[in-house]
Amino acid sequence: MIDLKGYGPALLDGAVVTIELAFLSLALALVLGLIGASAKLSKSRAAIGIATTYTTLIRGVPDLVMMLLFYYGGQVAVNNLSDYLYNAYGVDFFFQFDPFISGVITIGLIFGAYMAETFRGAFLAVDSGQIEAARAYGFSRWRTFHRIILPQMLRHALPGIGNNWQVLLKTTALVSIIGLTDMVRVAEEAAKAERMPFHFFIPVAFVYLSLTAGSELFIKWLNKRANVGVVQGS
Amino acid sequence: MPDFIAELLNRNDIFTASTIMEYWGGLVTTVQLVFLSLVLGLVIAIPLAIMRTSKNPLINGPVWFYTYLFRGTPLLIQLYIIYYGLAQIEGIQQTFWWEIFRGAFYPALLAFTLNTAAYTTEIIRGAIVATPSGEIEAAKAYGMSWALRMRRIILPSAARRGVQAYSNEVIFMLHASAIASVVTLVDLTGAARNIYSRFYAPFDAFIFVALVYMALTFILVFAFRKLENYLLQHQRPVSG
Repeated sequence: MIDLKGYGPALLDGAVVTIELAFLSLALALVLGLIGASAKLSKSRAAIGIATTYTTLIRGVPDLVMMLLFYYGGQVAVNNLSDYLYNAYGVDFFFQFDPFISGVITIGLIFGAYMAETFRGAFLAVDSGQIEAARAYGFSRWRTFHRIILPQMLRHALPGIGNNWQVLLKTTALVSIIGLTDMVRVAEEAAKAERMPFHFFIPVAFVYLSLTAGSELFIKWLNKRANVGVVQGS
Repeated sequence: MPDFIAELLNRNDIFTASTIMEYWGGLVTTVQLVFLSLVLGLVIAIPLAIMRTSKNPLINGPVWFYTYLFRGTPLLIQLYIIYYGLAQIEGIQQTFWWEIFRGAFYPALLAFTLNTAAYTTEIIRGAIVATPSGEIEAAKAYGMSWALRMRRIILPSAARRGVQAYSNEVIFMLHASAIASVVTLVDLTGAARNIYSRFYAPFDAFIFVALVYMALTFILVFAFRKLENYLLQHQRPVSG
């Protein structure tokens, strides 16, 4: 076993932070993706415009820049709000913008845009006859969505969700830059203090590698399950 | 910069001539870094992709391992390992390599090149594997050697299939290059971070740089669309 110079527990805590961050961001991204896809497929011009602007903006800007903007900008915005509230109404309100929340919001927003594209494609892949049939049976819109559309689109969305998840997992490393003590941050501090970069970064790299490899297997299994009963060509 | 523009700019609080020049310097670094790593990455990726399609496990195994390693870990970790790690290699400070790798530019370039080469290898491999077998059979029937077949038939045909995925990789690389600012390089993001900390103006500093990145992204998207049109000319419908 490699000697982690007493940084072992901190690294483990960091790994837990990374995983929490990844799952919370994924949850936010899935919600935003569904909303974005519904907006893109709606008939309202305004909704389509907003959703298209959102996905275009996100795809044009690097994740790190977005993260710095939300983290530093978020704090300034909160400070201004706090000053305003205090001066205008005498309300004493303050809120410290922490890196974890900024990370979840940024990663969620970024991957929400990618998920929206994935879900849009998957929605369109559901046969419109299915939806018509549901309507003919008197299903409400919501019921049509969660009984008919969702189960059928999931099969088409899964590969895309899987790819996005793999990229998302690796993007969580960036949150260490805005000061979150995840495992990358701990490894960086340890590497600097002990002057042993390989010693600390390579184990962290392997944690990421095992996370991505594990996810790959899990996604494969999910795909297999979702495709039960589908006759695949060739 | 012409004097009258500089004078006009100096009436601003934040976007003075010197700040704009700082952003300009950042833009130059970002473009150099991304362009060089993409070119070098592509040059490395083509032979690796060919090796990756080989049936011999001794040839495709190591390449698979390389791409798996670099695609399975975050670029930030790769950058840290190379940037902090190279200096720790015993004896490197006595060799000429030290002159090259003591700054931040070349370690970052090395990390980005290795990373993009791994992704590009898999893109090209996918495109090569998807070559219709009829094309290869026809080339064989004409008596083409393996090398000629590769050069005249398989690679050009793969380029057409791979260009779309590759354009995504290029944009991904442009965005990923923002992390160069973490290892003291003043690229676009680095310039924005400096200007943010000087004026404590996050919105001005980061939204401006976001717009610059967006402009770069759209230029790339446009250029790749033109390239795709050119490569896929023969598939365009005759009318309309």
